[in-house]
Amino acid sequence: MSVFPIYWMFVVATRSSDAMGEVPPPVTPGGNLPGNVDNLFGNADAHFVTGLLNSAIVAGCVTVSVVLFSSLAGFAFAKLRFRGSNALLLVIIATMMVPTQLGIIPLYMLMTDLGWNDRLQAVIVPALVTGFGVFMMRQYAAQAISDELIEAARVDGCGTFRVFRSVVLPALRPAAAVLGLLTFMTTWNDFLWPYAVLNDPENPTVQLSLRALSNGYYQDMSQVFTGTAVATLPLLVVFIVFGRQIIGGIMEGAVKA
Amino acid sequence: MRTEPGTPVTHRRPAPRHRLSRLDIKLSPYLYIAPFFVLFGVFGAYPLGYTLWVSLHDWDLLAEDHPFVGLANYSELLGDADFWNAVVNTLGIFVISTVPQLLLALWLANMLNRQLRARTLFRMGVLIPNITSTAAVAIVFGQLFSREFGLINWALDLVGIDAIDWRASRLGSWVAISTMVDWRWTGYNALIFLAAMQAIPRDLYESAAIDGARPARQFWSITVPMLRPTIIFCVIISTIGGLQLFTEPLLFNSGTNPIRGGPTRESQTMTMYMFENAFAPNFNFGYGAAIAWMLFALIAIVAVVNVLIIRRGGRST
Repeated sequence: MSVFPIYWMFVVATRSSDAMGEVPPPVTPGGNLPGNVDNLFGNADAHFVTGLLNSAIVAGCVTVSVVLFSSLAGFAFAKLRFRGSNALLLVIIATMMVPTQLGIIPLYMLMTDLGWNDRLQAVIVPALVTGFGVFMMRQYAAQAISDELIEAARVDGCGTFRVFRSVVLPALRPAAAVLGLLTFMTTWNDFLWPYAVLNDPENPTVQLSLRALSNGYYQDMSQVFTGTAVATLPLLVVFIVFGRQIIGGIMEGAVKA
Repeated sequence: MRTEPGTPVTHRRPAPRHRLSRLDIKLSPYLYIAPFFVLFGVFGAYPLGYTLWVSLHDWDLLAEDHPFVGLANYSELLGDADFWNAVVNTLGIFVISTVPQLLLALWLANMLNRQLRARTLFRMGVLIPNITSTAAVAIVFGQLFSREFGLINWALDLVGIDAIDWRASRLGSWVAISTMVDWRWTGYNALIFLAAMQAIPRDLYESAAIDGARPARQFWSITVPMLRPTIIFCVIISTIGGLQLFTEPLLFNSGTNPIRGGPTRESQTMTMYMFENAFAPNFNFGYGAAIAWMLFALIAIVAVVNVLIIRRGGRST
């Protein structure tokens, strides 16, 4: 049940558009994939290639930034003592509860003022940090890094940033990998905010391309399904390679929350 | 970590170094958390507060000035039939998606918790829907639920049920949208339940088995009560997510004006209604902002009600 719709998506992606009307419906792949891909990449309304590129840029930037800043902040909250740390951590947890919808209108106005509408930084910059990331890295750092290790590095004359770089960061690597994967996936799949702020049909993210494909008056369903398949494929590959870590990360995070 | 045993510690000039390192220890934590707070402040907190301010104004995108109108937007909302329609749709879809989803996830987690062959494979299988984008899910399911050539109607026809026009009826569109949500999130919740189940001590089950409790009894008397915190967590997460639905219903409704959720707003959710008013075609930021705050209030209310129900339900067993 969980895999069938995805399988079905790939089946239709490899068939001609007649497949939709066949009775009984086909359940095996056909030979029409190259033609569908040509149609998809040549579709003037969808700008699918631009969409893929844009999504790769956005998801890449956001992932690097979220992992870096979350590790830094998580380290500070878990291992450094400073005034107000508990209250500030509470603020971060509270930010996880607030729906994106609530800020969308002023955010849109802000982007208009900055002149960022229809430009990728409108999607990238607000996503550069997440409360979830900071919280996750804090939880991991608190249990994965011993205080003695940090003390020892300090005694050896390391400043806190040196400690972070040569002691903390290597130890955080497993959690950073999971956070990176999850962030990449969410960003790649995001729809609401790009839909609001990227109104120029020539400069979409891949999800907006899918939207454009499926919203036409005439729909070549094979082409649409090829689009969803191509948009899903990168994540599917990542998931098949790193599935074990991702599942481990989700389950571990759940127990602590 | 590196200790660099050859470094001659004693030869350093202590005074300025010491001062520098004191400064480092005092200030650097703030430096490390600053990126989050600066970025969140500008792009998260500021818009949040500003939404409230905007909602108190008659804020037309094209108008020169934006007069302060107090709570007028809110009182207009309370008399707005389309708004209440969106509230009912949102709650309806939320209930028929979340309840089966969490029950199914609980059942699935219980299955996965047994000693299975190819465990990792099964776990990956239940999570695959979650990595698929909402847009792709909505498009694929929109096709599965199509009236003429949809697989669902074809299968229904096999068992002798007439084709259902999923888009034209209110309940039909709710069911179709809920199915998308369930498909995408059941496995994720199941994994979270599974993680919590594995933390339950084995000997509880062993002693229950000695007392003659069968698996079903063990499930309801041990597993479910022990999972209560996790269930509350999942309910809250599902509440926040379920009441914000936007992509699924938007993409399910294609055609000239999908933001309305079908010709007679059969499946328009609150977020869609906010969008319709704040952006194209209405561009009334003030009214849209008021809807956003009402949505937030609804989420808070539903979350609290849910927690109360679960608390009470747990006590009576």
